[in-house]
Amino acid sequence: MTATTIKFYQTGTHTVGNRLLDPEHRSVQADMRRTNSLNSGHRACQGCGEALGARYAIDAAMQATDNQLIAANATGCLEVFSTPYPETSWQIPWIHSLFGNTAAVATGIAAAMRVKGRSDVRVVAQGGDGGTTDIGFGCLSGMFERNDDVLYICYDNEAYMNTGVQRSSATPGAARTATTPAVGTAPGNVFGQGKNLPLIAMAHEIPYVATAIVSELRDLEAKVKRAMEIRGARYIHVFVPCPLGWGTNSWDTIHIARLAKETGVFPVFEAERDQIVSVSKIRKQLPVEDYLRPQRRFAHLFSPKPNTDAIAHIQALADRNIRRFGLVDPAADTAIAAPVATGNP
Amino acid sequence: MEKPFAITLDVGSSLANKTGTWRTYRPQYVDRLPPCNNACPAGENIQEWLFHAESGDYEQAWRALTANNPLPAVMGRVCYHPCETACNRGQLDESVGINSVERFLGDQAIKLGWKFTPPASSSGKQVLVVGAGPSGLSAAYHLARLGHQVTIQEAGPFAGGMMRFGIPKYRLPRDVLDAEVQRILDLGVVLQLNTKVENIEQSMKAGGFDAAFLAVGAHIAKRAYIPAADSARMLDAMQVLRGMEDEEKPMLGRRVVVYGGGNTALDVARTAKRLGATDAIIVYRRTREKMPAHDFEVEEALQEGIMIKWLSTIKNMSDEGTLTVEKMALDASGFPQPTGEFETLESDSLVLALGQDVDLSLLNGVPGLEIKDGVVQVGTNMMTGRAGIFAGGDMVPSERTVTVAIGHGKKAARNIDAWLRGETFAPAPKHALAEFDKLNTWYYDDAPKMVRPTLDLARRQSTFEEVVGGLDESTALFEARRCLSCGNCFECDNCYGVCPDNAVIKLGPGNRFEFNYDYCKGCGICRTECPCGAIVMVPETI
Repeated sequence: MTATTIKFYQTGTHTVGNRLLDPEHRSVQADMRRTNSLNSGHRACQGCGEALGARYAIDAAMQATDNQLIAANATGCLEVFSTPYPETSWQIPWIHSLFGNTAAVATGIAAAMRVKGRSDVRVVAQGGDGGTTDIGFGCLSGMFERNDDVLYICYDNEAYMNTGVQRSSATPGAARTATTPAVGTAPGNVFGQGKNLPLIAMAHEIPYVATAIVSELRDLEAKVKRAMEIRGARYIHVFVPCPLGWGTNSWDTIHIARLAKETGVFPVFEAERDQIVSVSKIRKQLPVEDYLRPQRRFAHLFSPKPNTDAIAHIQALADRNIRRFGLVDPAADTAIAAPVATGNP
Repeated sequence: MEKPFAITLDVGSSLANKTGTWRTYRPQYVDRLPPCNNACPAGENIQEWLFHAESGDYEQAWRALTANNPLPAVMGRVCYHPCETACNRGQLDESVGINSVERFLGDQAIKLGWKFTPPASSSGKQVLVVGAGPSGLSAAYHLARLGHQVTIQEAGPFAGGMMRFGIPKYRLPRDVLDAEVQRILDLGVVLQLNTKVENIEQSMKAGGFDAAFLAVGAHIAKRAYIPAADSARMLDAMQVLRGMEDEEKPMLGRRVVVYGGGNTALDVARTAKRLGATDAIIVYRRTREKMPAHDFEVEEALQEGIMIKWLSTIKNMSDEGTLTVEKMALDASGFPQPTGEFETLESDSLVLALGQDVDLSLLNGVPGLEIKDGVVQVGTNMMTGRAGIFAGGDMVPSERTVTVAIGHGKKAARNIDAWLRGETFAPAPKHALAEFDKLNTWYYDDAPKMVRPTLDLARRQSTFEEVVGGLDESTALFEARRCLSCGNCFECDNCYGVCPDNAVIKLGPGNRFEFNYDYCKGCGICRTECPCGAIVMVPETI
């Protein structure tokens, strides 16, 4: 993780801001002058994780590029809820592409900027998991392979939410969607390989790959900032809970994201070329049940009787993540080092 | 307007779309009562002064603290800190060391010579305070700050009351007490020492006082009938502790037995040890669990080598100082019952520490007073049955601690002030309590409690040096920052950051936040992610 370690200040770096920190150490989201690149009035559902993740990422990118940013946006929730013509919530130069070609559109913008000699203008492409892992995968792989100077951000809510919650190649095993109903002997989505896009991006050996999560704002911002310091193809995969598609409470969006990380379901890491360079450790490890139980898309795992096999399967996948990425630090002392009392007598 | 090819509508901002209409619940900012404030007998706004201390603004913290309690350096030493018992952080790791930070602020004020702000104008009213103990000093301070002319008449030779004559030096050094008393007097409070008020009505008339606050304390030692030979040396706790303030220290001998189980009994035994007693033994009729003394005092006493004989009563004392002690046994209801088993205990002196009564002689002839169980009855406004005469501290029904006394002084002062203006004091309504389950503790870092240094044992057994030390700046700051700010916004920016609809308006440092109800969809993430429970969701009315 690239976030700076700071001295103990009541809530450390866990909260969005902290009045006790120097302004330059505060998050972009704590700033009264943040861009609010995705402005109020958008039509995302209550508690939308994607709207939150998009504002976090693009505001950070705006700050990192001194507001010289153009975004291309694949079709999907983010485009539909933000820009029903002729209204838009975007407060940055923004273009809507097709569902599958946003990486190519961004490549074109980057090429145009190069031709115009505007090396100060940076390009972001963004889309949901459907537009990234399925439909736009060819264009994205090409962008990686050519090492085009684009940061691609995928907001992963694990299904096609815009069209009514259909399964994507990012949907987890056992999850109920409109196309993987909770019926039969193996209800919900199949346990398959899926597509782990961060690892696929790493296999392209592009300069920078990272995963992030809406519950860890500072980590997310630090990764966007780091990505903007690098030229070439970069990829950030942001985990964004979807209250509608997952059947969670609108007020629990960040809580659910936190559980995904603390259970090991979603590993948060950072890689350069094909090497992992940092991992955000689990702070308080929890069983996957804690993550699954509040989500109606997994309700069939608990009633009428518990599907212990499926839960064990998901736990095994989480445990594999924990081993593979080293998410748990066995020697971790979570307590902050305290100053030594030297008072009198 | 001429539009480009295939464009038919003007481009507009989504701000035209007021998503606030979707809302069924609306978030609202609230302030809740932190458990520390709720538990403080002196009514301190602890969370407020910790807030200032967290940013290193110690003077502002001290000013916020002393708005309610003028004696922080004393409090930071002798208060039994019910705030820390109530502290929500105790359920997370360990309670915040409020008492240590209070002491740090008090000591800082003495070191840097901070003074109270004098009142802007004078009311022209005269108030008599009887007794310069914690309650009297607290009342005098608050009355003076409210613009009244205050005179304290104290029967003893020094100000401080039980803080001087009841609490040993090793717990409260006298220069600390003197400094905090002097700061109150600097507000223009007149202190008349060696002035015993014999009759309150006469004293009020003679001095032209408009109101009086009585806080004479309870300093007449209770006695128990113990048959003793003529030359047996039997004293009471008040004699011993008061005698410690004289040039000639009390002669207690090498074997000292103290009878009683309160904090005073421990204070006497620990004092005896420091005066050179080889054996200081406390005899108490019940068990440690039933002992009224505070646990940490028992612990400190045991460390210093004080011995305690549980379940024992003293039957008599012979010429040679031999005590006959009867073993007791607790009955089903927890009361000690005699067993008929006796043993003897050698002692040079016996000190009775069985509690104190109030000297109420100054109230003789005052009409309308109600006295019950040896204490004066007062209303919720601290006024006695006689209009204009208020009372507080140990002489009214209450728990007898310095902190409670200070709280009485403040409460009485506010009521006296209102009464002098012909009004009734109405305290501000209290917020709902900020319980632990209102917090989102994910956001707080684990952080160990800072422990105050303790004097080494050899010096504790032979000198009257202060036993418990203070925190230094770095540790005090660390400790202050352990505060969770239960129930009150501390501007962590979480609500501002986590709103997916950008519907929280940040008003800037010190001004908190506002909801933009035009766009707030009522998702409630702000409420869930507020660390301190300062947001509630309320149903919208249609």
